[in-house]
Amino acid sequence: MAESGDLFRRIRGRDGFTTVALDLFSTTANPSPCSYSGSAKRLRIGDAIPAAVVAEEDRHDLVDSLSEEILFLILDRLESDPLDKKSFSLVCRSFYAAESRHRRALTPLLSDLLPAALARYPLASRLDLSLCPRITDAALASVRGALRSSLRSIDLSRSTGFSQAGIGNLAVNCAALVEINLSNATDLSDAAAAAIGRSRNLERLWLARCKMVTDMGIGCIAVGCQKLRLLCLKWCLGISDLGVGLVAVKCKRLRTLDLSFMPITKKCLPAVLQLPHLEDLALVGCLSIDDEGLISLKQECKSLQVLDMSNCQHVSHAAFSSVLNKAPGLRQMTLAYNCLVTHSLASSLQKLSKLRCIRLDGSEVTTSGLGTIANSCKSLRELSLSKCSGVTDEGLSSIVMKHKGLVKLDVTCCRNITDFSLASITSSCNSLTSLRMESCTLVSKEGLRLIGQHCHLLEELDLTDNDLDDEGLRAISGCQKLCILKIGICLKIRDEGLIHVAKSCSKLQEIDLYRSIGITDTGVMAIARGFPLLQTINLAYCTGITDDSLRSLSKCSNLYTLEIRGCPQVSSLGLAAISVGCQKLTNLDIKKCYHVNDAGILFLACFSQNLRQINLSYCSVTDVGLLALASVSCLQNMTILHLGRLTPSGLAAALLACGGLTKVKLHSSFKPLVPKPLLKHIEARGCVFQWRDKPFQVELEPSEVWKQHSQEMHVE
Amino acid sequence: MHPKQMPTFEACSSMSSESRNLNQNQRATEFDARETEQSLPKFSSHLDNSFHQSNQAQRVAMNWDPRAVLNSLDILGQKIHQIQDIVRSTLSDERQLSIQPNEFAAQQQLINTDLTCTIIELISTAGTLLPLIKNALASGINSSGQIGGIANSASDLDLVDILRQNDNNLLSEGTKDSEYEELIKGLSDWDDEGMKPISTEDNDVKDNEDGVSGENLPLGSYEVLQLEKEEILAPHTHFCAICGKGFKRDANLRMHMRGHGDEYKSPSALAKPTKEGSSEPVPIKRYSCPFIGCKRNKEHKNFQPLKTILCVKNHYKRSHCDKSYTCRRCNSKKFSVMADLKTHEKHCGSNKWLCSCGTTFSRKDKLFGHIALFQGHTPALSMDEVKSQGMSVQGQSDEVMAKEEDIDYLISGNVIEDTNFSGLNGTDNDLGYFSSMNFDSFTFGGIDGLQQPSFDTSESLFSFHK
Repeated sequence: MAESGDLFRRIRGRDGFTTVALDLFSTTANPSPCSYSGSAKRLRIGDAIPAAVVAEEDRHDLVDSLSEEILFLILDRLESDPLDKKSFSLVCRSFYAAESRHRRALTPLLSDLLPAALARYPLASRLDLSLCPRITDAALASVRGALRSSLRSIDLSRSTGFSQAGIGNLAVNCAALVEINLSNATDLSDAAAAAIGRSRNLERLWLARCKMVTDMGIGCIAVGCQKLRLLCLKWCLGISDLGVGLVAVKCKRLRTLDLSFMPITKKCLPAVLQLPHLEDLALVGCLSIDDEGLISLKQECKSLQVLDMSNCQHVSHAAFSSVLNKAPGLRQMTLAYNCLVTHSLASSLQKLSKLRCIRLDGSEVTTSGLGTIANSCKSLRELSLSKCSGVTDEGLSSIVMKHKGLVKLDVTCCRNITDFSLASITSSCNSLTSLRMESCTLVSKEGLRLIGQHCHLLEELDLTDNDLDDEGLRAISGCQKLCILKIGICLKIRDEGLIHVAKSCSKLQEIDLYRSIGITDTGVMAIARGFPLLQTINLAYCTGITDDSLRSLSKCSNLYTLEIRGCPQVSSLGLAAISVGCQKLTNLDIKKCYHVNDAGILFLACFSQNLRQINLSYCSVTDVGLLALASVSCLQNMTILHLGRLTPSGLAAALLACGGLTKVKLHSSFKPLVPKPLLKHIEARGCVFQWRDKPFQVELEPSEVWKQHSQEMHVE
Repeated sequence: MHPKQMPTFEACSSMSSESRNLNQNQRATEFDARETEQSLPKFSSHLDNSFHQSNQAQRVAMNWDPRAVLNSLDILGQKIHQIQDIVRSTLSDERQLSIQPNEFAAQQQLINTDLTCTIIELISTAGTLLPLIKNALASGINSSGQIGGIANSASDLDLVDILRQNDNNLLSEGTKDSEYEELIKGLSDWDDEGMKPISTEDNDVKDNEDGVSGENLPLGSYEVLQLEKEEILAPHTHFCAICGKGFKRDANLRMHMRGHGDEYKSPSALAKPTKEGSSEPVPIKRYSCPFIGCKRNKEHKNFQPLKTILCVKNHYKRSHCDKSYTCRRCNSKKFSVMADLKTHEKHCGSNKWLCSCGTTFSRKDKLFGHIALFQGHTPALSMDEVKSQGMSVQGQSDEVMAKEEDIDYLISGNVIEDTNFSGLNGTDNDLGYFSSMNFDSFTFGGIDGLQQPSFDTSESLFSFHK
């Protein structure tokens, strides 16, 4: 019961539950069961409930009056936060039982917990094992035994350690299985694929990077799993045209097919395009497909809606045009990192009346090409020209003037566009919800002000590395729906600007202030007060902030990700405040926070039990701190470079104690000092070591100098 | 070419001194000298080759048992008489122009069959005499060239050789020269109709147009020829005039001849006998299988002719002979044609593409075509493959598991028993054990009891139900 204080702090008062029940019956359009009144009291099982909360009513009566059906309805509305369900189940025995029967999705954090989880949730249908790096055949056998009839979906994409026999037994015995993710099982053999082929009801199958599977294996799957609707064969280098062709012949229900980076040629394409229901086809990086094969295609694929042919280096624009002519129903087209986008390619878009989304990232475009896109397409919703060369004011304006309904626009690194483009964007596309224009360096601060003045529906705005100033931020404060704001490397912004934004954009969840050297604790305090839903904040290299900033941020209880890399004024005190306040914290980067020592880490280890990823490089943490961190059972990813007082023994003990580690970055000088059998053991548990040999570098480069350097590099 | 060859002939003729057929040789030379202007280069080169061999071949022949040779020659004589009769009957038929063309053709066919039979017997007997035969080669060719057409294919030579040999032997019995000339004339006439196939395995035969061809074409647009069983099955059709070695192809014989002296290495001797530049249209020849009742037999209602001699040979062996060649790899597949066996042996054992229905394929695309065609058929992995893969994976994972357990033991023994990691919340832990901890001295096994590492923390999303 010692831990109950922490565990039960989230239990809501009885008022909360009654509110929920009332909401259910009053059929409110959008009941929000999570927004309990602030007066909810903390309960302790056993004493608090009958005495303090259920004063005049008998507790049993209350509980009994709620049928399981009602409890399920309540639970249906608790999906947003897993911790809410946890609290719910701890109310009483019947709530616990109801929660056990209600839960369908399991995501165990450690494979050791799998048996207990399976025993508790016998009706679970979705099992996500992506957090368990090592799943043995025995574990799979226990899954099979416990969820034989209910299991519908299993994700093994991040797991190793199971054999083909294990996965084969699972596939054969769990008849309800419709979804298997076996991506990254690089040693998966044809025999295992044949075993998967015996699960007849399979509808979705991911085999990305299963390089050992050959045509024979995929042939077994194609014949056996004829109900397949989704198949991902990305990076399956062992599968050729024959296998893909057979899949296309046998699995006629396929809707989604990913053939990216496969050694396929034109031979299998006719069969693939003849799939009657194919909607989504990915052919990214298929280097064996060439012009000749595509131009000679006769088949028309009327059902195709999404096509991704990025990185097909041996395909010219003429061949792309011929493909586009074969798919009249296309809605979304991605041709990133390909050939020159010219007038002729763009004019083939004319027949695609349903086209809504075009992505040309990294391609070379011409002004005439953009002009033709503007005239050819009926009404675009999304356009991505990220890192395209050749985007001019004229080209971009011609598109945005024609397509006033544009919702998402990405012009990242289009360095030639000026205020003229921005004026036409803001004047015509008033319904924009997402605008990304990182590093559009020719746009002036006056131009940036137009965004806030005209695009009031913006939800995502990326102005990283621009000439943004406080006036611009003040304008942005007009975008009240803003969720994501990225204003890193905008060296001109000050606290005043942030205060403006914080006053109005209350829905903001993510803010990036990377290298915003002008902001201080005042600005961060404004952020913490103004954005109660804040989940992610990046304050890396904001050298002006101190522990006070962290204290203000500790009020943001939803904070998942905190980056304060290179903030030398931050100390253990601030970290302690964050630990206590932000218990959902999952990712933490405190690299080069030189004053953070064991004391801060001990707080973190004690309170932030959800921590999964941490970067401790250059901190003043010793063996003690590291060992304390080991008690965070969720911890998966650690970067521990240049910890001056860390000893090999301490490191070894910490590594042993962290059972769930999947990736550890260490300095290569430790490699000979840690015993080999120990490293092997850790690796056998599913952990990957990355040995780095970076030089020790204490001095922080001032952000102005850093930006100067980065710009010089770009000019070169 | 001709002026160069002329002195050679003369030299040769002077060298052949005490041979029995000296007269003929001389006559041949003289004839050749006279007729060179009209004769074809092809012919001369043949003459050249055979001529050089005469002396040597004679000496080889001397070692033979003369009685056996005489016996064989007697048989040959009889056969030749038979042929003579047949040919004569043909000639007489030809004179009776009153006969309807159709009837005439049918009769011709019958005669052809008879002739083929007789000649094959003749040749098989003559085969035993081969080295001896070559003695008279030059004169034989000579006479045939003089009388009929130009007999320049190897088998023509063989046939003429036999006749010439007969001629030589029978001379002593007082047969007149004229009779033989007549016989040879008949044969060479007939040659164009039926004898040609015997010689040809590769199509290096030159068509001899003597005005006889085209007589028997009314059956259709092509000429139907039929070889007898023995002829089809004869292992060799080309024989070395010096050592008697048999060959299937003339080209091989020519290559072989190089070993018998430099004179055979000349480009002209090695050259493939070129076709005569005749402007007359070549009749299309088709072949019939001698097996009665076979669809390839001309008597069959739906007769389907065979295109070449090679087809006849392969067809006859495949369809009407025992399969005597067994594959040494699988010991189950049998073939009657050696080439088939060799083709099979190339791929035997490589039929690794297996379907669930049991059919094997040598090529993966064939298997996939099969699977695409039939419902329910699946690519089948060979059992060895499955087992070995299964074993290896299982083995590996077992090994890892074992290692892991070992380390678990050692951890629980050395570290965990005296320190509680999960209780490491404060700074009051005595960290002295780190220095005493020596990871290198871990002993595997030996510690019983604790299977699970005791630092297995209970804090997690799923631990709250405990």
